[in-house]
Amino acid sequence: MSNKVIHAIYNDDDVLMDAVKQTRAAHHHIEEIYTPFPVHGLDKAMGLAPTRIAICAFLYGLVGLSVATWMMNFIMIQDWPQDIGGKPSFNYIDNMPAFVPIMFELTVFFAAHLMVITFYMRSKLWPFKQAENPDVRTTDDHFLMEVGIHGNEEELISFFTNTGAVEVKVVDKH
Amino acid sequence: MYTFSSKLKTFSFVLMILGAIGIGVGFWQAPKTIEDVEKILADSHHGHEAAHVEKVAHDAEAHAVTEPAHSEVAVVDSTKAIVTDSVHATHEAVDSTAVAVAPVADNHDTHKKETVAHEADHDKEHAEHVFHQLQNKPWAALYVACIFFMLISVGVLAFYAIQYAAQAGWSPILFRVMEGITSYLLPGSIIFFILLVAAGMHWGHNHLFVWMDADVINPESVKFDKLIFLKKGWLSVGRFLATAAIILVVWNWVRFKFRQNSIAQDTATDNAPYKKNFKLAAFFLVFFIVSESIMSWDWIMSVDPHWYSTLFGWYVFASFFVSGITVIAMITLYLKSKGYLEHVNTSHIHDLAKFMFGISIFWTYLWFSQFMLIWYSNIPEEVTYFVTRIEHYKLPFFGMLALNFIFPLLILINTDFKRLTWIVVMAGVVILFGHYIDFFNMIMPATVGDQWFIGIPEIGSLAFFLGLFIFVVFSALTKAPIEPKGNPFIEESKHFHY
Repeated sequence: MSNKVIHAIYNDDDVLMDAVKQTRAAHHHIEEIYTPFPVHGLDKAMGLAPTRIAICAFLYGLVGLSVATWMMNFIMIQDWPQDIGGKPSFNYIDNMPAFVPIMFELTVFFAAHLMVITFYMRSKLWPFKQAENPDVRTTDDHFLMEVGIHGNEEELISFFTNTGAVEVKVVDKH
Repeated sequence: MYTFSSKLKTFSFVLMILGAIGIGVGFWQAPKTIEDVEKILADSHHGHEAAHVEKVAHDAEAHAVTEPAHSEVAVVDSTKAIVTDSVHATHEAVDSTAVAVAPVADNHDTHKKETVAHEADHDKEHAEHVFHQLQNKPWAALYVACIFFMLISVGVLAFYAIQYAAQAGWSPILFRVMEGITSYLLPGSIIFFILLVAAGMHWGHNHLFVWMDADVINPESVKFDKLIFLKKGWLSVGRFLATAAIILVVWNWVRFKFRQNSIAQDTATDNAPYKKNFKLAAFFLVFFIVSESIMSWDWIMSVDPHWYSTLFGWYVFASFFVSGITVIAMITLYLKSKGYLEHVNTSHIHDLAKFMFGISIFWTYLWFSQFMLIWYSNIPEEVTYFVTRIEHYKLPFFGMLALNFIFPLLILINTDFKRLTWIVVMAGVVILFGHYIDFFNMIMPATVGDQWFIGIPEIGSLAFFLGLFIFVVFSALTKAPIEPKGNPFIEESKHFHY
């Protein structure tokens, strides 16, 4: 079976949103949508699951806090508890206010960087990655909806033409 | 239009009556004479004092001075030297530094004899010290509750002005709620000003502000305090009351004009009243930040006249600002649950909860910045502030950190939670209680010292002002339509969605 998809191209995000709603109502499976900028509410209209990246960030923050606490407890309290300017190095809690700036920064550092790396990994972004634009105009002023063809090709083409698409193409996907 | 439910009205009256009784009990319980205090002290401390004297006597006899006993003696000696006993912080400072620097006395015999002689004097001074603290207790309880509720309405007023100045599109739907809360400013500030006058005139043994005692700046007096004497250009009762009057009058005037223009906008054909409020907000915010700073020195920091901190004004601001926003959220949720405010949706609540979360963190940032800088450098003249608090107020001092920081941090970080009524109300109750404790920690250590307790006077005062607050705020809410009309941003606000 050939992997044919429809590329319906729109030049307005409002038209695109309407088209997405019609497509969903007609139970056509949307493979992907390419837009030049974030379209507010598009994910909801497409029925995409909410992101869990904030939960990741929270957990990474906890890791950062633990690393900072463990590190300073080991270095300043366990390994060599020197008297530095009269700061109490008997146990961690006695000297904690001095450690808080580092605990805070490492929490933020871990949360931010690990979250960004997670984002890159999950969205498969890296340097020298081959760009996946099906049409260069989608980075400028056009919106493209990609829908798999699982039935009558002619019917689908007329369906998308009726949703206000400025261009409807049938493409072989490899 | 909102109608004040009779149940809530009765509830507010019950709170006021019970609170007034509690306040009365507080004043009635306060000791009237120094003999009362000596009796109390004899009952509670007799065992300890007797043991102490015995130990000293024993040491003198045996010529065997043990280290701990010796340090104790040194402490007793140096506390004797303190001129005035009213500032507990100073007392503490000498206490703790004395232990560290106490020189080893060469002549144990004479030293001991002196100590025993001093013991009687010291007991008397101690009794007088405790006497003032216990007499301050009902006043301080009243003062903390009064300033707390008044500053909540000031915090809401500042928030309201920011919404105008920033031309916020989400909040106009809540303006009447905010105006209702700021209506407490007038009665609240009148009662508060009376309390300031009471302190200045020393009505009913009110010694909340040590520097108001004329003797401390009189070089002839035994109570003479040079540090306060050097600050007398600022710390004078006349200047204090005049500044307070100016600040309170301007705040109330601004609140009155805000409300007047807001009501006028409901029926206006153009945006003139709105523009007036916009300009008024810009003026108020400039005046507010200056007056807020001054009021925090005067009304709060000056109970510890030996201590100063530069970010104190901001710290106090963050405390009552977050309380004010919390009260807006809670009253909005209450009105919404009663079927008023149909256009308020979970997005508005979400925004308020975000503010509660963010400003709670901001408060913590300032609290920690103040604490850590002083803890780190450990300069005796400023560290006493925290030494007294950590020694005598350990639970409230660190407990409020859990209430005001850790709890909101963990609860309000979740987007979904910020839309749930019960979560926001629960977090709100915790935040408000935490910030009452915050004000408690600011005032009490300097006025009642280690004699603090959250008992009938404190709870009574809190109940009284809570009842008054509910009564005034909900009465004000009945006086105007609960949703403003004619505000240029009202449509956007009604359809606000996040």
